Amino acid sequence: MPENLFKVKKEEYMLPGNRACQGCGLSLAYRYATKALHQKTILTIPASCLTVLHGLYPTTSVMIPCLNCTFASTAASAAGLVAGLAATGQTDTTVVAFAGDGGTYDIGIQALSGAAERGTDFIFACYDNEGYMNTGTQRSSATPLGALTTTTPILTKVQHKKDMLKIMEAHHLPYIATTSPAYPIDLYDKFVKAKRIVGTRYLQIQAPCPPGWGYPPRDTVKIARLAIETGIFVLFEIEDGKFHFTSRSKTIAQRGRRLPVVNYLEKQERFQKMSMDQIESLQKMVDSKWQEYQKKAEG
Amino acid sequence: MSKTIIMTGNTAAATAARLCRVQVIAAYPITPQTSVTETLSQYVESGELPAQYVRVESEHSAMTVCISASTVGARAFTSTSSHGLLYMHEQLHWAAGSRLPIVMCCVNRGVGAPWSIFNDQQDSIAQRDTGWIQLYCRNNQEIIDTVIQAYRIAEEVYAPVMVCYDGFVLSHTMMPVAVPQADMVDSYLSPYRPHTILSPDNVRNINPVMFAVLRKNSAGVLCDGYMEMRYKLQEALEKAREVIVEAGRKYSELTGRDYREMLWSYQDKDAEIILTGMGSIASEATVAVDMLREAGIKAGVVGIRVYRPFPRAEVQKALGKAKAIIVLEKDISYGYEGALCSDIKAALYGTAINAPLHNIVAGLGGRDVKASEICEAVKKSLAEMKGQESRFKTHWLNCRQ
Repeated sequence: MPENLFKVKKEEYMLPGNRACQGCGLSLAYRYATKALHQKTILTIPASCLTVLHGLYPTTSVMIPCLNCTFASTAASAAGLVAGLAATGQTDTTVVAFAGDGGTYDIGIQALSGAAERGTDFIFACYDNEGYMNTGTQRSSATPLGALTTTTPILTKVQHKKDMLKIMEAHHLPYIATTSPAYPIDLYDKFVKAKRIVGTRYLQIQAPCPPGWGYPPRDTVKIARLAIETGIFVLFEIEDGKFHFTSRSKTIAQRGRRLPVVNYLEKQERFQKMSMDQIESLQKMVDSKWQEYQKKAEG
Repeated sequence: MSKTIIMTGNTAAATAARLCRVQVIAAYPITPQTSVTETLSQYVESGELPAQYVRVESEHSAMTVCISASTVGARAFTSTSSHGLLYMHEQLHWAAGSRLPIVMCCVNRGVGAPWSIFNDQQDSIAQRDTGWIQLYCRNNQEIIDTVIQAYRIAEEVYAPVMVCYDGFVLSHTMMPVAVPQADMVDSYLSPYRPHTILSPDNVRNINPVMFAVLRKNSAGVLCDGYMEMRYKLQEALEKAREVIVEAGRKYSELTGRDYREMLWSYQDKDAEIILTGMGSIASEATVAVDMLREAGIKAGVVGIRVYRPFPRAEVQKALGKAKAIIVLEKDISYGYEGALCSDIKAALYGTAINAPLHNIVAGLGGRDVKASEICEAVKKSLAEMKGQESRFKTHWLNCRQ
């Protein structure tokens, strides 16, 4: 039973009428994340879709104070907030960085690795929409194999997605978790838990993107759920090195029923040029990752 | 009473940061700045300075940490050199655009490629248009005094200040420095108050996306647009002149050391030939002036202490009686001339001053600049200036061409 099933706050901290796209996976996730985080929290966000969601000066759609920072600097910006708050005696505030996959896997990785290695006391949340979606769907290192993007327009992406979670695991963090907008209570629980923990906490949200992935905006939750059911994306937590599945991934692990990845791929235009070899390679990758996770879960 | 201690320029900078009771330090080692970060680590780990020291993984992050820390009300300090400064470039704009009173020492060093660890001022000159106030020091005493004044200026103007001093020439050279007493510095600097409070009790979205047009807030009030914010930064730097002069005057009163002007001068009262420059090269020029005077040439020095905001009126006044002007500098704006030379010429445009002016680019990548060489270069320029077509010229001193 999720910890906060009946406790999710009714109050909204991400207001409606914001500038996110219709069906935005990030906004579904952000709504619950802000509900979990809102008390005594300062956000810092880089140039990304989230900057757009937060709104144009002088209005904002988010009821949590936020410091915008440059693309490469998110985790360092959080580290500066933590240091500045500590230096001025404001130690009861949670600092939360929220960046896209570009700002996490790619241009932001140096500052993130630095802050994580130093054990900076903050939450870093990556909303992974698997590409540079704010600039119009260019490939990132988080883009999966076989995806069409505007910078892989003919040949599709020829490399597998980077395993950012493994990179973060190598930093020996007290808390790592994956979340999905299709499982909002699981997401909420994880942000509530992360807020309580001290040290660098890393959360990764799979954020389906209708215009970037090529599916109707109404299907965001469906796509996010398929990602979990095919094992393309897996819901888990790693607490002080101890791995366990959560939510839907937990039941899949217990009952051993995973759908083939093609069920997920066929729903999205970005995979329409994927070759059979690529599909096979992706299935193999997903299978081996799943086995790796199962081994970890068994301890 | 202050105590006089023999120290390097880098120790002077770190000592000044300690005296200013900086609350957050974020720095990354780079030659020749490294010992500033090491000395500050000593202060912090020994408990002498109760500050948060963030040992960042890059200069980009160093400036970022200063930006965020300053945003929530902490007095922030960093220092760097050369490529470290260039790596911060994006964040220098962000700091100034955010109107944060960060103080940074730039220990001037040449810029690659090819590599050079030695001194020139190409690094800070390359950051001229980032919205930072730039102050240049000519000796270690000026370093300690300028850093202290820099916080007062920065926190009044709400603009960051770069305190520039020459790598090795000052950073690693021991000189006697009168160290001000802590209570004197405390009385000189008021506690830092951020212009905007970012706290969970005050929901704000700082530095969001701006459109080109003015937009109303939720109360219907038409707010500044991007361009108005740029104008206000420009206005702040223009007004900073008064603040710098006032900060210098007050500091002079407390210490007896003269910082009342944005320029300093040597033997300029009856001078016909004015040598000008920033940092240690201007200091070296004073020795050259002694030599020129021995040879019967009435030369003097006008040193530029404040480069941004540029002391336009003061330069016009100081160079007003010159029959010839020599601008010495350790930088080059490729495809034109030295940056300081252009700025001085621009300040003189439209005035009655029409003295011949030569630009001497010297000491790039640490090439030694001897007073005797300056002296000879000036003599050569004076001879050349007699010809109409050689009234304005750039020479590269002691460089195989």
